[in-house]
Amino acid sequence: MALQSLDITRRSASPTASPQARKTIEIAKLIDVSTCIGCKACQVACSEWNDIREEVGHNIGVYDNPTDLSADAWTVMRFAEEESNGKLEWLIRKDGCMHCADPGCLKACPSPGAIIQYSNGIVDFHQENCIGCGYCISGCPFNVPRISKKDNKAYKCTMCSDRVSVGQEPACVKTCPTGAIQFGSKEDMKDVAATRVADLKTRGYANAGLYDPQGVGGTHVMYVLHHADKPEQYSGLPKDPAISTTVQLWKGWLKPLATIGIAAAGLFGFFHYITVGPNRPDDDDEHAAANPAAKQEDKA
Amino acid sequence: MKEQLIQRYSAAERINHWIVAVCFILLAISGLAFFYPAFFWLTGVFGTPQLARIIHPFVGVIMFVAFARQFFRYWHHNLINSEDIRWMKSVKTVLSGHEVGDTGKYNGGQKGMFWLMCVCMAVMLVSGFIAWRPYFAGYFPIPVIRLALLAHAWAATGLIAGIIVHVYAAFWVKGTIRAMVEGVVTHAWAKKHHPRWYRDMTGKQK
Repeated sequence: MALQSLDITRRSASPTASPQARKTIEIAKLIDVSTCIGCKACQVACSEWNDIREEVGHNIGVYDNPTDLSADAWTVMRFAEEESNGKLEWLIRKDGCMHCADPGCLKACPSPGAIIQYSNGIVDFHQENCIGCGYCISGCPFNVPRISKKDNKAYKCTMCSDRVSVGQEPACVKTCPTGAIQFGSKEDMKDVAATRVADLKTRGYANAGLYDPQGVGGTHVMYVLHHADKPEQYSGLPKDPAISTTVQLWKGWLKPLATIGIAAAGLFGFFHYITVGPNRPDDDDEHAAANPAAKQEDKA
Repeated sequence: MKEQLIQRYSAAERINHWIVAVCFILLAISGLAFFYPAFFWLTGVFGTPQLARIIHPFVGVIMFVAFARQFFRYWHHNLINSEDIRWMKSVKTVLSGHEVGDTGKYNGGQKGMFWLMCVCMAVMLVSGFIAWRPYFAGYFPIPVIRLALLAHAWAATGLIAGIIVHVYAAFWVKGTIRAMVEGVVTHAWAKKHHPRWYRDMTGKQK
């Protein structure tokens, strides 16, 4: 919510500092993949609370429905069938925005205030400032933002920033029947995760762990994974997500270089003119001797 | 004495040039606004930031088409020869106001600029299509779009810096802007800056 003007940490395309006077507690959503039953109640709750409806699609032979995130589906369950240790595992992951501490979308966005990071960690899109360029899609290491076909604006999970700002948990958390999605301070969620991971380890999941990738500074949506060593198994959850080097070169390195290059061209012209002065056809008398071609022509 | 003039650019060539120039200004304004947050206000030239984003690629296509016409007009005048290499090596002398070499219609610097523009325009067209939402970007994988955005920004930097030099050179060498406004240059101008072209045009031998 734009009204939380004191609780903004970062704002897209805004080089100067946001208000720093106060700091809210850092929150996180913890998704325990090992206790998820794939009921999709979170999808429905998201749709209900945010009042968005994806068009009814077609069954494509798997449980995924909708089959992908969209401007009208901010979270989707992804179902993966994986074999490990000779047995089939059905790995179900609730996909959506990870609310990175170092958000690639915000770094890439050219429009001031179209993407806001609150001091509680939520990364929110403000569609009234969105220009529809899709740079956020290029910036995101998780392939989350989607441009709406209706209005050419980018949408994604808001972590129910409207609910969180008044002390409520996100709609998906509220509705989850198994308690697989929990919400609280990031510190508390890490403690909960540690308990779950310890439990999973005693039950034969030696590689169980918390997914809170440091390549993006940590995330405010974290997963408890039974196979934290192979996050790719969970429908392509990236192992070491980070803002792409290409995006870093574009939004980081190129800016000063381009500034130097363009400024150099302009300054060169200015100083050249005030030192050498204009080049007029009639002042080449002196020079005629040094230039055989010109000399020959003068004789002609 | 009545001024002796030589026609350098026809009306069609001048119109062609100024279509490219106006498109370039519009593209540079909006492009810099998207690249530098501090210049984002320049999108106001187009009404709203959203309109600037929508209009930018269409203007880009117009510029490319108009530039392509220029390419076919001028490429054969821009083949680099030994005189141009000499010019490029003596660029310091040239910058002090003294011409070097038996220059034809274009000198080494102009030819270098021509090919820089061609490369930048081609890169901008291809990368621009790849990044163009909502029409084309959806057909490309995200890593390709990232590369396109990077290439687009690099080529734009080259183009803008190049055009600054191009505009300055026209301003510095007096009598040049007239060639692209009225279409004519004086004999003195042609003789000094483009002696071989001057001979070709006037039929005067050495």
